[in-house]
Amino acid sequence: MRFYGGIHLRDVAIIGVSQTKFGELWDVSFRDMITEAGMKAIGDANIEGDELDAMYVGNMSAGLFVEQEHIASLIADHAGLTPIPCARIEAACASGGLALRNGVMAVASGYHDIVISAGVEKMTDVVDPTPAIATASDQEWEAQQGVTFPALYAMMARRHMYEYGTTREQLAMMSVVNHKHGAKNPLAQYPREITVDQVLNSGIVADPLRLLDCSPVSDGAAAVILCPAEDAKKYTDTPIYVKASTQASGTIALHDRHDITTIDSTVHAAKKAYEMAGMTPKDIGGVEVHDCFSINGILAIEDLGFVKKGQGGPAIEDGITELDGRIPVNPSGGLKARGHPLGATGIAQAAEIVWQLRGDAGKRQIEGIEVGMTHNIGGTGGTAAVHILSR
Amino acid sequence: MKDIVRGWRHIQQRYNLIGSKCSQCGNVFFPSRVLCPECRRKGKIEDFKFSGEGKIHTFSVIHTPTDEFKTLAPYVVAIIKLEEGAQITSQIVDCDPDMVEIGDDVEMVFRKIKEEGEDGVISYGYKFKLKN
Ligand SMILES: [Zn+2]
Repeated sequence: MRFYGGIHLRDVAIIGVSQTKFGELWDVSFRDMITEAGMKAIGDANIEGDELDAMYVGNMSAGLFVEQEHIASLIADHAGLTPIPCARIEAACASGGLALRNGVMAVASGYHDIVISAGVEKMTDVVDPTPAIATASDQEWEAQQGVTFPALYAMMARRHMYEYGTTREQLAMMSVVNHKHGAKNPLAQYPREITVDQVLNSGIVADPLRLLDCSPVSDGAAAVILCPAEDAKKYTDTPIYVKASTQASGTIALHDRHDITTIDSTVHAAKKAYEMAGMTPKDIGGVEVHDCFSINGILAIEDLGFVKKGQGGPAIEDGITELDGRIPVNPSGGLKARGHPLGATGIAQAAEIVWQLRGDAGKRQIEGIEVGMTHNIGGTGGTAAVHILSR
Repeated sequence: MKDIVRGWRHIQQRYNLIGSKCSQCGNVFFPSRVLCPECRRKGKIEDFKFSGEGKIHTFSVIHTPTDEFKTLAPYVVAIIKLEEGAQITSQIVDCDPDMVEIGDDVEMVFRKIKEEGEDGVISYGYKFKLKN
């Protein structure tokens, strides 16, 4: 990462990670979840909490989900870490990815040394989370017309099927492979396998997408600890290095895209990430993609450069995204099976890639992985964050 | 309450499909923008009325709506490529959802969009229907 943009930046390492169990956690509150994730990451990094210089927390909508804003103060307080500065970062479902990026920038620039980047969402305290989720799209010109968030992705799916011949079964396979991996992840919300038939026979949410094409409503939190790479060996024998941390913006409304089967923000963030790391898609040994809906998993592997545009469906059918495939996708189970507590997702993706690179991923370990990637999307692609991590 | 103010502010856009046009580059926008994303400060924005004719670029049939739209389900939503160039997100009405296809010609109709509770304000605006 050195000399990126003409400025000398410090290399950054991840020395600790954690994720709470994801799921419908009725007995755990917002503040308890994020505190648990923070404590575990701090323990994993072998540091004391008061060694932290700053905290960044990704969270999409505590205001609508738990009627609490100013969560930065609440979290610092309940973690027993006042007066350490804490900031909430929001970019809908990409909030976690941006919290990670802000932490990386803080350490790389030399402004802070040891930083925690975390993410949290408590979605099950409201009866119907749909209106809150819809605020990730253009509230006035999409949601107010009666368009739900799944319907926006359904419209991408239908156009992708129309232009490239992507089949309903290929969409289903995205969910099936996610669950195959998630079945091996004890922290996943749904650690069990599903079949193509189950997906195709699940209830219609927004045609052509069905219930088992959609990531669930989830509670959960995750955290990572960052420090300057040169200090990392003081804390751990297996530091993981941040080779790239990028972000790009796209239009808030889907209808303003030149091509609604391509998420431009993913393309731009990925291009910059490959440049920053001096790598190509061939160097990536495993990737956590933002499969909020099955179609977005297909768009992601295309837009990140792993397969040609339009080939995502057949590629998944051919098994290239399985743990022993050419490009293993979502070893954690992805948003579909691990769960998708919005603000926590980008951080949980990074935690999974760290476990993979350390060789700590148990039954879902990708053999021989040296470099991994995370891909986190906000809304329908209004924001994308990409990270490349290596041993 | 928020729907009253929002609705009033956007009456020209929602009732009459008035968007905007940048006379510098010719791009048209719906909803209107105060700044042309291509020309930015060099652009010249003026009001622009769309004819309300267009083609379905993609669509979905919503079976699981939010509470506000529950009585309509299942209903069709679409991204429509307007004849003049911009794309708009709207409902497709007055048809069997099974009849809708990508590429269908549609035209704007003026309809009730939603009610804010039993005694609340009723919002009106554009929807689209298939052209014969
Ligand atoms: Zn212009």
